Amino acid sequence: MDLNVTGAKIYCYLFGNPNLPITETLVNTWIAMAIIVGACIYLTHGLSVHPTSKRQIAAEYLVGMVTNLVHNNMGKKWTNFVPFIAALFSMSAVDNLMGLTGAFSPTCDLSTLLSWALLVFILITYWKIRTNGIGGYIKGYFSPIPVMAPLNLISEVATPISMAFRHFGNIASGTVITLLLYSALEAVNKMLFGLIPGVIGQVLGTIPFLATGIPAVLQVYFGVFSGLVQPFIFCMLTMLFVSSAGSTGEE
Amino acid sequence: MEKAIVLCGSAIGAGLAMIAGVGPGIGEGYTAGKACEAIGRQPEASGKVTSTMILGCALAETTGIYGFIVALILMFVNPFIGKL
Repeated sequence: MDLNVTGAKIYCYLFGNPNLPITETLVNTWIAMAIIVGACIYLTHGLSVHPTSKRQIAAEYLVGMVTNLVHNNMGKKWTNFVPFIAALFSMSAVDNLMGLTGAFSPTCDLSTLLSWALLVFILITYWKIRTNGIGGYIKGYFSPIPVMAPLNLISEVATPISMAFRHFGNIASGTVITLLLYSALEAVNKMLFGLIPGVIGQVLGTIPFLATGIPAVLQVYFGVFSGLVQPFIFCMLTMLFVSSAGSTGEE
Repeated sequence: MEKAIVLCGSAIGAGLAMIAGVGPGIGEGYTAGKACEAIGRQPEASGKVTSTMILGCALAETTGIYGFIVALILMFVNPFIGKL
């Protein structure tokens, strides 16, 4: 039984340059973005002051939900942050749920998550410098005692890495485990129906009967549950880190 | 022969890396137990307790996920074969 667990497939190279590959991740990320933009356009066209359409009520519910989340976790002064959190959440959720259709999930590639985490890291650093000043930011590394500087530096760098790996690991583990289960069921199927002598057994053996239904339970857990909890965690951590970086400690 | 030894070592290493799954298991069980206690004491706060519990569980899962990634790399990427 050959089982290949590989990363994203490379479709072609941009301008024939081997440093600019166009991978499955890239294509699927653009598809996910198209889905989100399409959904936004569909939900928000023809808005009225007194909502009459179901579309507008759904859109208002979604916006209200994210606004509530940001207000509860960061405070009212961070209302500007709502679009970023909503974008992060919807992108992550659509990417994860894409895996259910059998397409390659872009969140199964570490590059996607690492770039998101770097974005969050830049935001954290920006807010730290903005609230404490550049001097206060550098001073923060030497507190409480100067000897702690290397440890502080490591903990600063560990934040984006742990965020990226947490999300990546959850989605990748789900993909690999379901892949293992599918191939195992296929092998069992081949063995069981192989007991039937003659051509009938061979033909029945090639059709994976056992692979229908049983993996659905796992798919629900890894695909739907993990796929919706992980975006939530990612957004939650982003909000916690950024709001703690932006607070002076006086409030 | 050398390749066989490296592959064997990688497989054993992958198995050992999954020992990291013990910690999160204990931690998450403890979290769920405490959440049950909290809901038993204050059933009206069950929504908030549940969402906090899921967040805590997912955070506690991280160390297990690290172990799993190491195991995956050892099994499917075979980084040590290239060093022969």
